[in-house]
Amino acid sequence: MNDTLLSDPAVIAVVVLGAVSVGSGIAVFVVDSMARATFALLVSFLAIAGVLLALDLVYLAVVTALMMTIEMAIMAVFMIMFMMNPAGLMPMTMVHNGRGSAAVGFVAFVALTVGIWTTDWPSRRGQPPADTTRQLGEAIMGSHMLVMLVVGIGLFATILSGTILATGRGRYDRFGADLRATRPDDPTPGGLPR
Amino acid sequence: MWGLWTAVGLVVAAGLGLGLVFAAADRVALTGAGPKALVEPVRSALRSLLEQRRTTLAPDRLLWRTACAAVPVLALLSMAVVPVGDRTLLSTSADLVWFNAMEALLWAAVWLIGWGPNAVHSLVGGYRFLAQGVAYELPLMFAIITAGLGAGSLRTTDVVAAQSDLWFVVTMPVAFVVFLGSAAAFAFWGPFAAPAGADIAGGVLSELSGVERLLVEAGRVVLLGASAAMAAALFLGGGSGPWLPDPVWQLLKTLLVTAVLVGVGRRLPVLRPDRAVELAWMVLVPATLLQALVVALLVLAGAYG
Repeated sequence: MNDTLLSDPAVIAVVVLGAVSVGSGIAVFVVDSMARATFALLVSFLAIAGVLLALDLVYLAVVTALMMTIEMAIMAVFMIMFMMNPAGLMPMTMVHNGRGSAAVGFVAFVALTVGIWTTDWPSRRGQPPADTTRQLGEAIMGSHMLVMLVVGIGLFATILSGTILATGRGRYDRFGADLRATRPDDPTPGGLPR
Repeated sequence: MWGLWTAVGLVVAAGLGLGLVFAAADRVALTGAGPKALVEPVRSALRSLLEQRRTTLAPDRLLWRTACAAVPVLALLSMAVVPVGDRTLLSTSADLVWFNAMEALLWAAVWLIGWGPNAVHSLVGGYRFLAQGVAYELPLMFAIITAGLGAGSLRTTDVVAAQSDLWFVVTMPVAFVVFLGSAAAFAFWGPFAAPAGADIAGGVLSELSGVERLLVEAGRVVLLGASAAMAAALFLGGGSGPWLPDPVWQLLKTLLVTAVLVGVGRRLPVLRPDRAVELAWMVLVPATLLQALVVALLVLAGAYG
């Protein structure tokens, strides 16, 4: 690395934010509270969003921040639904199978690091486009449409199956065995008059 | 040429000013006060600074304080893509998503304000906020993207420029209403104030005192003021108008949106959070999707130039 590269603010930002991301990732396994673990993970993702911002990929950066924040908040909803200690205010261990997960994490880290430093990366050809958001949109809606559709439908199917597995009440509980009830029989009424 | 720090200072001042105006309008609607309403928010802010702070048993201080500070910071960061005098502090190819991301980060902040003090009413308020969030986030995303769709760009200044012939509110009324409603919900204000409801002793706000209460309350009104300015830019043509210079029109439209938002919002009853999701997903999601479809067809027909 030469001096001009290290004095570039974008490079400094990537290095610092990368360190923040790894550090708060480690913190997820060190802290003893559910909320701190959740938000350490969020800080890690927000640092990644910052790295993307430093690389001038604004859309990917803000979408990462947006989705990961909502994801962590939804996780807080699930905490109250499924955990025995929904508030998470008592100290508790956040690690399951500590040795196994540490081994998997270490091996993955070593494999990625070795891969990154031993790959013969090609040098840049051409210039980055002025509008990376448009380029991304054209890639998603054009050459990579099939992949994105498959991934999208796969994710949606996962969400549906997860919800179906988690819910204790199906349509037969709501609309009766023959599904003929005009009003669903719900323990708490929804917002619509039906 | 603006220096960077001058620009940042100007945008922060604009955000605080819009917040002050919103707080004053809110007070007028609530108490029928006269011009004194403009002084009252400043006075209660000073009182908050001098007040003795309370705390609770075994709070999570780090997360609680961080979250309180995050609310006004996020509200001011959302101002970065709102036009102030014809330009935005930050002009990127994804301004609209930036605005939404800053709002979404409030999910984390408000839940933490509820969780931090280790108190039951506060925590219930935090979960009410999330329950409402699950309801309005999707309609809001569709509403914001509809404005981007009409302009063919996610840049705020491009959206304003695309309305030189026709204001977007004419073809996107549903998106306009959903945008303002979601802004009120993100600030848990008006009909969406259940997270801070009187039935749970003030909810997320119940354990806040002193400078922390000031930060959170300021963040809420700044977010509402910024959203009014953004609504004027995205749907009411921004600074376009006859005779007067652009920034004056922008300000007048923002003040009009603020007045309408306060006038309507304070006349509606508080919505029960357990009713919000079904309403939003059965009515608002299809409505905003239809709105996006109509706009997409208009774009194909060349209605937006």
